[in-house]
Amino acid sequence: MELDSLYQEVILDHYKKPHHKGAPTGEIQVHHVNPNCGDEITLSLTIKEDKIQDLIWDGVGCSISQASASIMSDLVTGKSVADAGKTLKEFTELMQSKGTMKGDEEILEDAIALAGVSKFPARVKCALLSWMAFKDAAIKNGATL
Amino acid sequence: MSSTLDVAHIKRDFPIFNEEMRGGKRLVYLDSGATSQKPIQVMDAEREFYSKHNAAVHRGSYYLAEKASEAFEGARARVAAFLAVDPDEIIFTKSATESLNLLAVSFERSVGQLGIKPGDEIVVSELEHHANLLPWQQLAKRTGAILKWFAMNSDGSLDLSNIDQVITARCKVVAITHQSNVLGSVPDIAPIIAAAHAVGAVFVLDGCQSVPHQPVDIATLDIDFLVFSGHKALGPTGIGVLWGRAELLAQMEPYLYGGSMIETVTMASATWASAPKKFEAGVPNMAQAVGLAAALDYLSEIGLPRIHAWEMQLTERALQGLHAIEGVTVIGPQGIDNRGGVISFVIEGLHPHDVGQVMDQYGVAVRTGHHCAWPLIRKLGLTGTTRASFYLYNDMADVDVFLDSVAGARDYFKKR
Repeated sequence: MELDSLYQEVILDHYKKPHHKGAPTGEIQVHHVNPNCGDEITLSLTIKEDKIQDLIWDGVGCSISQASASIMSDLVTGKSVADAGKTLKEFTELMQSKGTMKGDEEILEDAIALAGVSKFPARVKCALLSWMAFKDAAIKNGATL
Repeated sequence: MSSTLDVAHIKRDFPIFNEEMRGGKRLVYLDSGATSQKPIQVMDAEREFYSKHNAAVHRGSYYLAEKASEAFEGARARVAAFLAVDPDEIIFTKSATESLNLLAVSFERSVGQLGIKPGDEIVVSELEHHANLLPWQQLAKRTGAILKWFAMNSDGSLDLSNIDQVITARCKVVAITHQSNVLGSVPDIAPIIAAAHAVGAVFVLDGCQSVPHQPVDIATLDIDFLVFSGHKALGPTGIGVLWGRAELLAQMEPYLYGGSMIETVTMASATWASAPKKFEAGVPNMAQAVGLAAALDYLSEIGLPRIHAWEMQLTERALQGLHAIEGVTVIGPQGIDNRGGVISFVIEGLHPHDVGQVMDQYGVAVRTGHHCAWPLIRKLGLTGTTRASFYLYNDMADVDVFLDSVAGARDYFKKR
């Protein structure tokens, strides 16, 4: 069933038990909204010694947006700004691939499970919401991405 | 009055139902609240206009320009007949959204009874689509007027207990929907219209969800303005309607300035044509107006009372089915009283986006999210709903596939 390529097990696992989800505590908090569906995310992080740290997010949204936020926060936490930026770029390309890319597992790890989302144009924004919030927060913390 | 429709016959007029959806499924189109599908008669009308009559209306003195003007004004006359009003009271816009923006901007520019001044009050309700909230909200901001609103009860009705505080002597405009686009609930507008008129305010009815589906009797309602969109009424996109009382239209300032809407022009000043031309600057959406007239003819031929009765039968069956599915909650009116053929629901533990995605696998097209009525969704403490809306081309088999797909959505995430 085509649906199973969208809702992979790893996505539903992250959805049911999201990582790094809680009340954001950082001084700089970003709030992003998907105005099409009303999904929201608030996110904060810090950058210490060029590494992404203390990433916490909270929000409401569909399984894709919640799982993507969970996977993203696992992926970028502890990474250098440059490596996190590389991951962001790789994921963004995957989402825009309309189903033509599988994604580099070395870089994207669990996030390759979201490759199926790129076949459903209406859902790409769901998957990207938290990544755009991460980008915004990193920039507001002085990173160049 | 027969309350069943020959839907098999009707479906044949709509080519879209020959299209295969994802996985080869047939289309179960339950998103007519967003936009309706188009019968071949409407497409033919547009094609005929472009094939035989296309020229800029109200300009050339040549044969074709006469034909185009005839077609366009003929469309106006047919819309007027459909609403049982005078053709000069029918203004073609590009959408209902534009019709409402036209009113708000025109009131801002007008003087006298309709002019908006600081301290004036404008009244809407929590049921409103963004298109019948934002033009008024922003008008209030620009002019120093005060926006007030009726609160919504949890069943989708309006709380009129404080009507005397909401509509006061300072009220100039009351703009309310005829039917919620999210919940399908039908607010009790009669007391609101009476209260508005008692203080000298005008009443604007948003008929987007009612005019395509049921007879709307302007004289009995005693309203002052009505808007609806063509594309929700089997018509083309790019055409909307504004009806207004002639004596009010005469007092109103234009919305857009340009060709065709003037009486005289000098380099320093201008005077305006009378309505409806005053409000139709530029070459209008001619083929779309003609298409809309064909759409209203199509609806009239079947008969709006029959269409409405049929939609309510579909809605009743769908509601009964939804109530029987564990984990599903219908939002808004639970039965068929005080509602139209629009149903919002949520499934416990599931986001509407995920629900809609699974339903799509069954070929079912539904709307998910906040339905351009975010304040209403917030008021209900939700992030969104899944919405099914019915029209004359839906049948009981569509309702059954719909119910299967809802149960399927619930089960898909339950078992995994």
